[in-house]
Order: sequence, then C-alpha cells, then structure tokens
Amino acid sequence: MKIGLAIRELHRSEKSLARALLKAADRHHVEHEIHYVAKDLAAWSADHIRDLAVAGRRYGVKVGEEMPRSSGLLEPLRTAFSVLTGRQAVPGVLLLADLRQLHRMAAGVSLDWELLAQGAQAVKDSELVELTRRCHPETLRQLKWTNAMLKTLSPQVLAS
Amino acid sequence: MVRDGIADPWGARTPYGPGTPWPVRVDSHLAEGVAEEDVDSWVRAAAVLHSNGDGMDLAVKDGRIVGVRGRADDHVNRGRLDPKDLFGWQANHSPDRLTAPLIRRDGRLVESTWDEAMALIVKRSKELLDSSGPGSIGFYTSGQLFAEEYYTLSAIAHGAIGTNHLDGNTRLCTATAAAALKESFGCDGQPACYDDIDHADVIALFGHNAAETQVVLWDRILDRLAGPNPPALLCVDPRETPVAKAATLHLAPLPGTNVALMNGVLHELIANDRIDHDYVDNHTVGYDDFARLVADYPPERAAEVCDVPADQIRAAARIVGQAERLLCTVLQGFYQSHQATAAAVQVNNLVLLRGMLGRPGAGVLQMNGQPTAENTRECGADGDLTGFRNWANDDHVAELAGLWNLDVTQIPHFAPPTHLMQMLRYAENGTLGMLWVSATNPAVSLPELRRVRSILSQERLFLVVQDAFPTETTELADVVLPAAIWGEKTGVSTNADRTVHLNEKAVEPPGQARPDLDIWLEYARRMDFRDRDDQPFPPWNDAESAFEAWKRASAGRPCDYSGLSYAKLREVSGVRWPCNEDHPDGADRLYADGKFFAKPDYCESYGRDLVTGAPTEPVEYRATNPDGKAMLKAAQYVELHEKPDRDHPFMLITGRTVYHFHTRTKTGRAPQLRDAAPEPWLEMSAHDAERIGAAEGDLVEVRTARGAVRVALRVSAVRDGVVFLPFHYGYWDTDDPNHDRAANELTPTDWDPVSKQPIFKTTAAAVERVKAGEGPAPAPTTAASAPAATGIPAADTGPADAPPPTPTAPAVPETHGGPAARVEEHDATTVPGGRR
Ligand code: SF4
Repeated sequence: MKIGLAIRELHRSEKSLARALLKAADRHHVEHEIHYVAKDLAAWSADHIRDLAVAGRRYGVKVGEEMPRSSGLLEPLRTAFSVLTGRQAVPGVLLLADLRQLHRMAAGVSLDWELLAQGAQAVKDSELVELTRRCHPETLRQLKWTNAMLKTLSPQVLAS
Repeated sequence: MVRDGIADPWGARTPYGPGTPWPVRVDSHLAEGVAEEDVDSWVRAAAVLHSNGDGMDLAVKDGRIVGVRGRADDHVNRGRLDPKDLFGWQANHSPDRLTAPLIRRDGRLVESTWDEAMALIVKRSKELLDSSGPGSIGFYTSGQLFAEEYYTLSAIAHGAIGTNHLDGNTRLCTATAAAALKESFGCDGQPACYDDIDHADVIALFGHNAAETQVVLWDRILDRLAGPNPPALLCVDPRETPVAKAATLHLAPLPGTNVALMNGVLHELIANDRIDHDYVDNHTVGYDDFARLVADYPPERAAEVCDVPADQIRAAARIVGQAERLLCTVLQGFYQSHQATAAAVQVNNLVLLRGMLGRPGAGVLQMNGQPTAENTRECGADGDLTGFRNWANDDHVAELAGLWNLDVTQIPHFAPPTHLMQMLRYAENGTLGMLWVSATNPAVSLPELRRVRSILSQERLFLVVQDAFPTETTELADVVLPAAIWGEKTGVSTNADRTVHLNEKAVEPPGQARPDLDIWLEYARRMDFRDRDDQPFPPWNDAESAFEAWKRASAGRPCDYSGLSYAKLREVSGVRWPCNEDHPDGADRLYADGKFFAKPDYCESYGRDLVTGAPTEPVEYRATNPDGKAMLKAAQYVELHEKPDRDHPFMLITGRTVYHFHTRTKTGRAPQLRDAAPEPWLEMSAHDAERIGAAEGDLVEVRTARGAVRVALRVSAVRDGVVFLPFHYGYWDTDDPNHDRAANELTPTDWDPVSKQPIFKTTAAAVERVKAGEGPAPAPTTAASAPAATGIPAADTGPADAPPPTPTAPAVPETHGGPAARVEEHDATTVPGGRR
C-alpha cells in the first residue's frame, strides 16, 4: 500500500506551505493584512500537519506533529527589512512574486489532498476520508486567498 | 417638565406597552436669554452627532442658530433629543471655525483665496493623472455629510477620475454592518426598523451600548421596560453599561471572543431544536455546513475561550430561543473587534434560524456609528458601487456607466474597491500621491497614530483636507478648505433604520466656508471632466439637482429613492426607503416575504470567506445560491492576534461615550458637552486597581507595543482584566506636545479581513500608576464610566511611592450641567408652537 507514501508527501508539502506562509508574513510585515492572515492560515497547515502525523502512525509513517510557530531564526531580520523598505514601492513586486509562489504551493498541497482522499476511499479508511474531508477545504481556502490578494494588490503595483 | 440635559441624558419615562404607539415627549433647549417668542423661524433637520437620525428643528434668530427642538411627528424620536443634539449646535458658532482656504508655504499654513487653493489642487491632480494614472489619487470621506455630496464624490472618483481609491470613515464604524448584511442577505440594507422595539418580547444587544451611542433609541427601550409586559433584555458587553444594568441577563466575555460566544449560543439553539425549520428550509441555504461548524462549540468550549460561565451561555440561548418576537441589535463591541464580520453574521444567523425576520418586533438591526453612514454606503462613497451595485457584476458596472454616460472602462472594477487602510498603505509606499480628506480626522481616529502622522506628513504626499474646524489632520495638510456644515447647507441624511430626512439650510456659513458639494462640483468644472457626449460631468449643479440624479441612480435598486422629493420630505418628517411606486410611503421592514436581494444577477456582493476575506467567485455564488435565498454562514474562532502576556497583562478596549462624538471636533466646542467629560480617563475594575496599587483619580500610564498615554484612573465596574479608554480625545485643545492622550496611540494596525474595519478593541496593554491625582477622574458618573458601586477608594493625595490607599467612601461628584443645560420636556399637548 502506498498510502503511507501519500501521507508522507502531503505532510512534507503542508510543512513547506506553512513555512512559506510564515516567511511571507514576516517579509511583508508592513502589509498588515498579508502579515496577519498569512499567520492565521499557517495555523491551519499546522493543524493539518499534526493530524497527518497522527494518521500516519497507522501506516507506519513516523513524521513530526509539531510545526514551528515562527519563520525561524531570521524572523527579526525579515521583519526589520520589511519595515526598512516600507516607504518604497519596489517591495510590491516582491510581494506579488511571493503570493504567486504561495499560490502554487497551495495548489500542490490541494492536489496531494486529492490524491490522499482517493487512496483513503480505495482502502476504505473512513477515518482518513474524514480527515481529508475536513482539511482539504481549508487548503482550497488558502489557495483562494493567495489568488484574491494577487488580484487585489497587483493593479496598484503594476500601474504605478 | 424641566431637566438637566447633562445630569439626565435620557429624560423622563413615558411608559408604554407592546403594540401601542410610543408616546410623544418633545425636548427643547434654547440659548440663555432667548424665549420661545423671540425665535424668527424653525428649520427642519435631523440629528448628525450619532446614527439615530432624530428629527428636529433648529431655532433661528437674527441669522444665527439659537436652539433646537425635537419633532413630535417624527417616527424615529417622537420629539426626544440626545444631549449631543441639544447642545452640539453651538459648535457652528465656534470662534475657531475655518473661514478661509489655507495653503502650506515654507512649511506653514497661510491664508489664501479659493481660486489659488483650487488651482493648486487641480494642478497637482493633472500632474498625477498624467504621470501615474488614476491610481495615484485617493479620497477619504465621512459619515457626516449628505447623500448629494457622497453621490457627487462617487461620480467624480469612480467615474470622472476612474480611481478605485475612495472610502469613508464609515470604515471605522459601520463597514462590518454592511459586510455582515451582504454575507447573509447578498446585499446591504437594514432589515428591521426602530418601531420593532414597540413589539419585541426579547431585545438582544450585542456589543451595543445603545444608552450612550443612541440615546433616544435607549429611551424607547427604557419606556418599554417601564410599561406593561416589558421585553426581556440580553446584553453582551465587557463593561457594565447602562444597558448591562437594565438587562435580564448580562454576558461579559473577554474582548475578541465574540465568535466563540455566538458559536456557543447557536450550538445550544440547535442542540435544543429551537429552530424554525420551515423558515430555514424555505428561505435559506447552507444549513448543513453551518450546523456542522457550530457543533464544535458546546457551551463549555465557548465558556473557556470567552471566560463566561457555561450556564450563562445556556441561559442566553434560552432567552433568544424562547422569544416570540426577537429583535437583535449589533454595534461596535462586535464591529471593532477581532473577527468582526464573522461575529456580526452570527447574529443574522440567529434571526434566520429562528425565523425572526420581516414582521413587527422580529428582526435584526446591524447598526451604524455615524449619522449618514447609510448614505456613504448606498451612494458608493465608501468604495461600494453606487446604489448597492456589484463591482464584480459587469452588467451592474455597465448600468452605472450608462447612467453617467461614461465609457464602462472608466469605472474601475478589476478588483474590490480600495479600503482606507490599504489606501494609507499606498500613501506609505509612495504609490498614492494625493489624498483628499473630507469631514473626518484620521490623525486622531485611525489606529497606530504615530504611523498615521508619519504617513500623512510625508513631503511627497499632497494632502487636501476639507473641514469646518482646525483639526489634528488639517495641521498636516498642504491645502485646507473651509467647509459649511449641517445647518448651513441643504441635503438628505439617512439613519440606521433607513429613515430619510431633509436637512434645510438655516443660516449662512461663516466667512468663505462652502458646502462640500459646491467644492467638489467646482473641482469637477475646473478639471473639465466630460461625459461621452462631451458635456460637463457631473451634470448636476446644486443640492436638489444632485438629489434628483441620485434618485435615478437608486431606482430599481434596494435603496430606491425614486418616490421621494424635497417637496415630500418637507411634508413628512422622515420616510424609510425603499420609496417608490410599490411603496409610496416607504417600507418599514425589508424581507417581509422571506424574499431577499440575493439573486445572483441582482445581489450587491457574492460574499467573502469569513476568515480569509477572499471574495467568492461569481460562478461559485451562482452554484450555491441560485435562487437568492438568505445564506447561513459561520466561521471557526481564530486566536487573537495580540494576546495579553506578562508584559502587557490587560486587554484594552476603546470606545465612545455619551457626551462626545467622533474626535470631539463639534462636541468639544459645545460648553455643556465639553465640561461633562473634559479629559480622557481609563476605566479599570476595583480588583485590578488594587493589583497595580492605584486608586480613583490617580494618574496612570497605559502602554502597548505602539505607545503610551497618561490619563486619570476611574475605578469602574468593567470586568477584571479589561481596561477601557474613550477614543474621542486628541490634541487640538491641549498645549501638550507629547502625544500622550489619544487612545489610538496604543491601537495596532490590524483589521477584519472581511469588512476591512480596523480593530480597536483587542489590544494587549500594561498599566502603571504614575502619581496621585488631584481628585476623582474627569469621567461622567451618569453612564458606563460610573464609579464602581462599592468600596471605591477616594483619591489619594500622598506621594507617588506611598502605599496603596485604603478604600473609603466614594468622593466622586455627580456629573451635571447646571442652568446652561436646562432642557424642557413637553407632552403632546404642550409642544411649543402647537402640534405640528
Ligand atoms: S465615534 Fe468614531 S467609531 Fe464611533 S461611530 Fe463615531 S466615527 Fe464611528
């Protein structure tokens, strides 16, 4: 059975998405909505990571339950950089690039959930099906958010 | 009868029972030495210092306003007046009114002519349009102007210039009301009306200190409470407000936890099957997802998050669950807090689940903060498209372009309208080069003031400020334009229950001050804006022609004004929209037939994600709500962004108080109001005061990650762990250059991702005693800031390092206004000048 593999892969992709969200939150500290919502959404991924770790045990997958709540050692540096360049228009382009990257990562995570849901149904693991039913919609909401922020913020960046 | 309008803001009771008309009580106040028979004329107006929209007349003598009187024939107030209206008009005569344009020269504001000032604005606008396009110009307006003015500004900003950057200060008070209505009903528009108080058997006030924010509405509730078969009252508020004191049940949750609380209450409703299944089945979508979400919030879980006993949550659910005519109201305690829209939407869900909509006594009032916030929203001056049109619906945009005879590409609709906080960010990063502020004072009312000041004072930002008074914001402007105000110009205002009033010009504006409408129309002419046929745009030229144009823009939309006219509004004191062929006298309630403005082709909004704020795509909306039913939506509780910790152990909330409005630009210039609450204060519970070793009247410093303020301490009945600071006070009336007085020095830059309303009520703060005070705090004793009932410690006069004083008897003198605050109350038979 390859279910374990799918769980491991999804765990990995959720983890990098969470990290990327936290990083974006710091890099764009002066974009307040990005900063706060990215952190709120990273918490969703953190929940997914924990639940996947628990589910993985049944398939002999050993992965960590914990997710760091900050973007790591560089957090103060990233924040300081954002504040320092807050009076310039240029970081706007960087923001669009980061949102684009986040969007692609979230799309990947969504596909991984899709796969896991298919597998869980095939092996009739109803607990796992329930997990995908609960988490996947949140990934889709993360995906829609990155898309919406791109749509909302890009006109000013591109036209100025 | 005579009362002291300051000592007794609510006046004498006129008790009445359910289903009977609210008795008349006419309040009047004339300047000292002016008698009834001295008055030359009485001029029709409506209250503009809160959102209640009380009908009133201004007394005019020798070209000056000399007093006011409530209108007995007005369904909103039946004659009663708020203390702010009884005394606030005096600000019109204030000696420091702005009377000539000012221009910044060599760093200083100097007097100029209108011609010079306007030429400068036009020159800068044209330069920016040429070099950087319409996105480099933004407008920030108010909730205190008239519909004609907002409509004109929307036409200029969205139409003539084509910028997406237009918002009102309604963003600070009523953006969440609009957002919540859109989420549930697909469209803005107040479902219920104030008359529902006459019929309700349960009134639930969520974060709504009506006693102070809508004095006359509270009168109405008090009169019901004093009459036969009074309604039960449910109050949710962390402070012991007059509403909390009168309530059958008072819940005082920790600030920022409203969603958890509401989820818990609705969980109970479902668990006990207090649901009107017929209504839910026939008129709503989304029940299953909704029920699944709140299933995760048993009262115990909510109780833990909110720090409220689980039994109280159950009791609250029982009260609303057993109501036969349930009226719910919501205001800033929800709107200015964490997860604002998600919490406010839960109140809509409550009335939907119980089928309490569209009949006498049953409904929801998502309140407004400001007097004409409704007009800002419907005319589109808060960024929404004019007439509750949907920016994401190309047909709606085309319709508006047709109305304006402009090319459809001229109206920006590629993204949601830019809200104020985002506009400020664009000014910060330099992509917004010009900001035109009208009738509002962001340098005091926005969060994180140090940041706001630094943005607004940038050299590269061209700041135009249009106001009646010098303010903290005009100080930072490049051009200041003197504006005429209420009483000095004509226009309509619409209150929180959709009642439209005509305000007539009573006196001439001082000096060269001009109505905002005239200023914008002159700007349009000087910019030479043209429509598709090369005719001047906007084509209207005064208040009445602007109103006629607005009527056409509103026709067929939910906020339909087409059946109204100035002539009609001179006959009837207040008409509720929609007013059209179907409803020639207006309509008391929306959604009486369980039909909503939510059809995909008609709705104002396709909604947003309640946590991320991402707009819903049109196809998705069509798929989930093809028939345009009401939508049951809910969100999980999201952890606070700023939680109390060791260094900042208190939760700071800020808010409005009974004698003041906005940043006191007017109320601080009316002697009775000024003296009733002359300085800011901090409210803290007796238990917390003891913990920090401070007593009534002591000077304390409140500190957050953003700044510090120093104010006197009032030991009040606010809940433990929470401190309250009034947000009205700025710096124009102090000599102190320290910026240590305005509550917004402390608040964070953070907003609800759905409504984009800034959060003023969840800030982690530290409080320290600085030194003994010279007496009790300058806080009113009449309202929520009343001294704690028992064991209030007297002011300590010892040195700063003295041990905490021992509690003694209260030494706080009661707030009163004296002879200058004399208000006459008349019943229906003794109204001065006879019955009108
Ligand atoms: S006081 Fe401020 S927040 Fe409250 S209603 Fe007025 S403008 Fe809005």
